[in-house]
Amino acid sequence: MNRRDILRRSAAAGLLATPAAGLLSGCATSGGGDKNDAETYQGTKSAQNPLGVKEDAPLEVVIFGGGFGEEYAKAHEAMYTEKYPKAKIKHSSTQEISKTLQPRFVDGTPPDVVNNSGSSQIDFNGLVSQNALAGLDELLAAPSLDIPGKTVKDTLLPGAVEVGSYDGKFLVLNYTYTAYGIWHSAKLFADRGWSYAKTWDEHIALCKQIKAAGIAPWTYAGLHPRYMSWPLISTAIKFGGPSVATAIDNLEPNAWKSDSMRAAADAWHQIVKDKYILDGSPGLDHKQSQTAWCQGKAAFISCGSWLESEQKDVTPAGFNMTIAPTPSLGGGDKLPFEAIRGTAGEPFMVPAKARNVAGGLEYFRTMLSKKGAQDFTKKVASLTVVAGATEGVELPYGLSTVVKALDASGANGFNWVYNSFYRKLERNLVDAACGEFFSGRIGPTEFLEQCQKGADSIAQDSSIKKYKRAA
Amino acid sequence: MKHGKWPLIVTFLVPPVLLYVFFVVSPYLQAFQISTTDWLGYSADANPVGLANFKTLWHDDYVWNALKNNAILLGLVPVLTIVLGLFFATMLAMGGRKGSAGVTGVRGGALYRTVYFFPQVLSVVIIALLWKEVYHPNQGLLTSALHGLGLPAPTWLGDPATAFWCVLAVMVWSNVGFYVVLFGAAMSAVPKEIYEAVLLDGASRFTTLRRVTLPLLWDTVQVAWVYLAIFALDGFILVQLMTNGGPNFSTDVIGVRMYDTAFGSETKFGYASAIGVVMFFLTLSVAVLSLRVGRRERIEYT
Repeated sequence: MNRRDILRRSAAAGLLATPAAGLLSGCATSGGGDKNDAETYQGTKSAQNPLGVKEDAPLEVVIFGGGFGEEYAKAHEAMYTEKYPKAKIKHSSTQEISKTLQPRFVDGTPPDVVNNSGSSQIDFNGLVSQNALAGLDELLAAPSLDIPGKTVKDTLLPGAVEVGSYDGKFLVLNYTYTAYGIWHSAKLFADRGWSYAKTWDEHIALCKQIKAAGIAPWTYAGLHPRYMSWPLISTAIKFGGPSVATAIDNLEPNAWKSDSMRAAADAWHQIVKDKYILDGSPGLDHKQSQTAWCQGKAAFISCGSWLESEQKDVTPAGFNMTIAPTPSLGGGDKLPFEAIRGTAGEPFMVPAKARNVAGGLEYFRTMLSKKGAQDFTKKVASLTVVAGATEGVELPYGLSTVVKALDASGANGFNWVYNSFYRKLERNLVDAACGEFFSGRIGPTEFLEQCQKGADSIAQDSSIKKYKRAA
Repeated sequence: MKHGKWPLIVTFLVPPVLLYVFFVVSPYLQAFQISTTDWLGYSADANPVGLANFKTLWHDDYVWNALKNNAILLGLVPVLTIVLGLFFATMLAMGGRKGSAGVTGVRGGALYRTVYFFPQVLSVVIIALLWKEVYHPNQGLLTSALHGLGLPAPTWLGDPATAFWCVLAVMVWSNVGFYVVLFGAAMSAVPKEIYEAVLLDGASRFTTLRRVTLPLLWDTVQVAWVYLAIFALDGFILVQLMTNGGPNFSTDVIGVRMYDTAFGSETKFGYASAIGVVMFFLTLSVAVLSLRVGRRERIEYT
């Protein structure tokens, strides 16, 4: 749930100490050093134990205590101890991943499994460039725990490995499978006799109709406006093909000012110009805007497939939230209307200096077993990267529309990763530009320029490690 | 008792000094050292880079933008808070004049005093969340009130033109109560005869405040000034929780910049420490300056 800043209130404890980050680092660099003398746990590899887990080695798991809670992880841990009854698992859950774990990374005593997520996620660029993460290739090659005849890699949905890879090395297991699209209430649309528009012109016409009916067509998380960058970039990719995304991810010069991005920005500017956005949206955070949407004050909202579980408490019965791809710009789109952004999310990692690396990988193997994945989907109503793990699981309405949308999208699905390569670029820079653009303070030209300026500042910063991905 | 002095002093002073050195002074010194490295925070590798971080900082527009905001806070928060604090404290201590007692507070003073102090009891996090709801652009207290009067309402925290002032207002609001109590306590130490004399001379309430109360309270005001100046240079918690520096960096402050650089969107601990070092010197200079500028003769009542 790294895209959700739901942790405001949790910040309490940590914040009191933070006005001096420099001070917080405590014994910082000097006290650190590799504790190579510390014992690492390694068992003997066998067909039964392909990763070489030492059966009595303790395992420490740190879970991000966000919208998914921690119960699912406890279930995975129980599955692990079922196989290794002598292993003692130390479980903890926090919303402050970076502050809690930073000293332990420096000290060379990190936990074995970390669910690096949430608004206090540790920037992956920093972790990867400091070689702080263990490679997961061994896990991919290992046989699946309960899907016979397949390696773990064979059981994963396409794209699951790519998104956790840095310069071709698979380092981060993104456990959930998330679709990003435009959401509406099927009930509202049925009641009013509206149907979701497949082209942009139809979309604008529909917005006009919705507005005439006294409902705001759109709302968005004005305080986290990057949510609106997702449909905009999706529109551009569907118009110009996946190379639009590759160029952005690889920080190519003027990638943000490509013709496709320009066409998409021009199109989206229409909903701002024509005032199709709920008044006050620029001042709403994600929860407030999603709630306004659930209350029927707005018809559309941009979000990922976690929306349903995040809104569980405030969604009226029979609301039937439905995800849909972004409308096509016109006849010339390179990707069909059905194409939707699907990607693995919710990152898990094994620190390179963890004492029980083998145990960490085995824990991942447990998570990626059919049993583990099904249990997760049942508990938190989200998809996992394990293919076919939803078989026989009854899905809530919204999630079932996500499954359908992903099926329809199939091989046309697309994704981008600049947000995990360069967290700052999306979280700070593109975010700020979106805020200006969707509140109408700047036009498409300035918007793309501001994004490009942000990308250029990352590209020119020699202290940030750069990654490339293949097309 | 003289022979027992040293053991007593040592017992009571050494432990706190040691704790202070260990938990405050030594991290400060370390921050200075870290600020000259390119440390990324998650390994023990840190290469010395000399003053490169400070050079980058000098050209970092985001840092300058944050500093500019801090400068505005520094100019306004202490003045507004102290003026309001003094005003309320005066009204509570000597606002009422009609009774036979001569100088008394306004009616219901105890109640006001309690109400003013409320924000002080709440944690800053609660205050931030509370005000975030007050500033809710559709259902918030402010918007509803303005709409009720038939007036248009801005989007408060959602608009760069208003967000900063909204945060500033909360800073003043959350601080005033404490200074009302502080000034109130200081005023109660001023002999009543002085005020009665002033009253007999026919001075207005404003003149009394300016010519009599303020000079007599100068020490306290000065302390308040230093506290508030340091607060204005920080402002981290409120900003981070209410806007996180947005929209479009319009409410960014130096503390948020530092935090974001280390724990937020990047892990540049070396660079963040450099920002911290700059903050340290700024705070120190402001504190020293305000003490120097405000130095006056101390008045003692005998």
